[in-house]
Amino acid sequence: MNRKVVFEQKLLPYLLLAPQLVVTVVFFFWPAGQAVWFAFLRQDAFGIRTTFVGLENFQDLFADPLYLETVRNTVVFCTGVTLIALSLALVLAVLADRQIRGAGLYRTLLIWPYAIAPAIAAVLWIFLFHPQVGLFGRALNDAGIPFDYKLNGNQAMLVVILAAAWKQVSYNFIFFLAGLQSIPKSVLEAAAIDGARPVRRFWTITFPLLSPTTFFLVVVNLVYAFFETFGVIDALTRGGPAKATETLIYRAYVDGRINLDLGMSSAQSVVLMIVVIALTMIQFRFIERRVHY
Amino acid sequence: MSTTEATPGLALAEEAAPPERRAGADWVAHAVLILGVVLFALPLWIVLMGSTHDAATIGRGETPLLPGSEAAANYAAAWSRGTTGVPVGRMLWNSTVMAFCIAAGKIAISILSAYAVVFFRFPGRRLAFWAIFLTLMLPVEVRIFPTFKVVSDLGLVNTFPGLIIPIVASATATLLFRQFFLTIPDEFVEAAKMDGAGPLRFFRDVVLPLSRTNIAALFVILFVYGWNQYLWPLLVATSDEVETVVIGMVKMIGSESNTDWSLVMTTCVLALLPPVAVVLLMQRWFVKGLTETEK
Repeated sequence: MNRKVVFEQKLLPYLLLAPQLVVTVVFFFWPAGQAVWFAFLRQDAFGIRTTFVGLENFQDLFADPLYLETVRNTVVFCTGVTLIALSLALVLAVLADRQIRGAGLYRTLLIWPYAIAPAIAAVLWIFLFHPQVGLFGRALNDAGIPFDYKLNGNQAMLVVILAAAWKQVSYNFIFFLAGLQSIPKSVLEAAAIDGARPVRRFWTITFPLLSPTTFFLVVVNLVYAFFETFGVIDALTRGGPAKATETLIYRAYVDGRINLDLGMSSAQSVVLMIVVIALTMIQFRFIERRVHY
Repeated sequence: MSTTEATPGLALAEEAAPPERRAGADWVAHAVLILGVVLFALPLWIVLMGSTHDAATIGRGETPLLPGSEAAANYAAAWSRGTTGVPVGRMLWNSTVMAFCIAAGKIAISILSAYAVVFFRFPGRRLAFWAIFLTLMLPVEVRIFPTFKVVSDLGLVNTFPGLIIPIVASATATLLFRQFFLTIPDEFVEAAKMDGAGPLRFFRDVVLPLSRTNIAALFVILFVYGWNQYLWPLLVATSDEVETVVIGMVKMIGSESNTDWSLVMTTCVLALLPPVAVVLLMQRWFVKGLTETEK
């Protein structure tokens, strides 16, 4: 953990740390503390008087059927994104890991979507599924299947899930490929010689040995789906139609920015903080173990 | 299992030609991979081709899959005027400044603080480390409105510092540099001390050159991270002077009835090209950086 030989200067380390710590305190801890504090306050309709209301904001929040609906949307959205992005990436990584011709080229052609912003991914998907200008959206409507993600809530959820997952596959692909390449080939060969078929080898050897990578990626994908997909939803559906694609992050934004309800928005920030703290702790407990693996 | 141990020669032979290597399986692999590549490239192809046609073609819903003749006109129009009053050239410049400053800023402040934490002993060292570590749990999304208030109290709304500084602290970069610094042998530090080199000299002449690959890897990841910011600029950069291309692009599709779809596609291509180019050109460092920083 620690170095044996260090420099003796007393003031210098503080100067080196200063920029990072100033930013951290002014723009991270102070606002986060305020978010927690505001969560226990309520402003009157004119924004003049502020009173301490204890846990009332939280009680109101969890008594609000619309908020519970948002929780449900978030669960559906996060599960969908994580499942699709992980399984697709695993299939592609397993195939790209085989010693076939052009494996390097496939890798290059599969990792670039990592660089696409979630909001830009959403715009790309407009051109696939928009009922008038989208390739598939128009084809579906021409074929007599009514498709309009601006009117149908389930279709809207499907399109935002697909767009968000599409962007995340390349990230998972890179990690699965690295994980596959670290599995000793001798283990697989031994199983092959013992007569295990490729599919059986995959489920009894490769998949269990990949489980640390998979577990890490599940956490990262959940964090991504929770916090980084705001742009996908804002560009595609704006939480609609009729709030069908409103996730926790989107609702917190709408309450703070458009409804200007600071207490309720802060209470939601606190809920989100708890989610991210839980996910980060799970992730780091796991990385501690991975170091030894 | 015992077969391989008894005959290592056999294992070597298998390395060259695994037993399941049948041409059929390879064809399936190629087919699925090509399908995957096409699935990912299709939307990109559509906007690329769409950006070479006029607005009417796309407005009619004929998603063209072959190049048209309007490329020069579209790119010139987008670059110099855009559709929302802000030229896309201007947005691209703003995004470049933001992405570059976020990447460079995060690397600079993280490498310095990691250096302090690893190469010095001082009261509060552990506290400083944990303070930095905690920022991992406070993404901008959960502290957005109070952070906006701080930025607005400092008079930094609609300025580049306001856009950049609140997201410039990076726990992941600090952790990566710390991890790497712990592997620098003690002998290097002893030798530097014996030669009378102080900590700043040691940093410049030894630590910085050794960190080059890590810096390159982090730069790619953080440049992409900076370029792709959405929620924070949406709130804090609302004037034309600091509008970024990702925000501007989404604004263009705001009023759908009279959207100029071909210019939207052109802008889309311009918005995604720089980060994709950075990732592809620096692919080797990028993959290394990603799998080693874990984020």
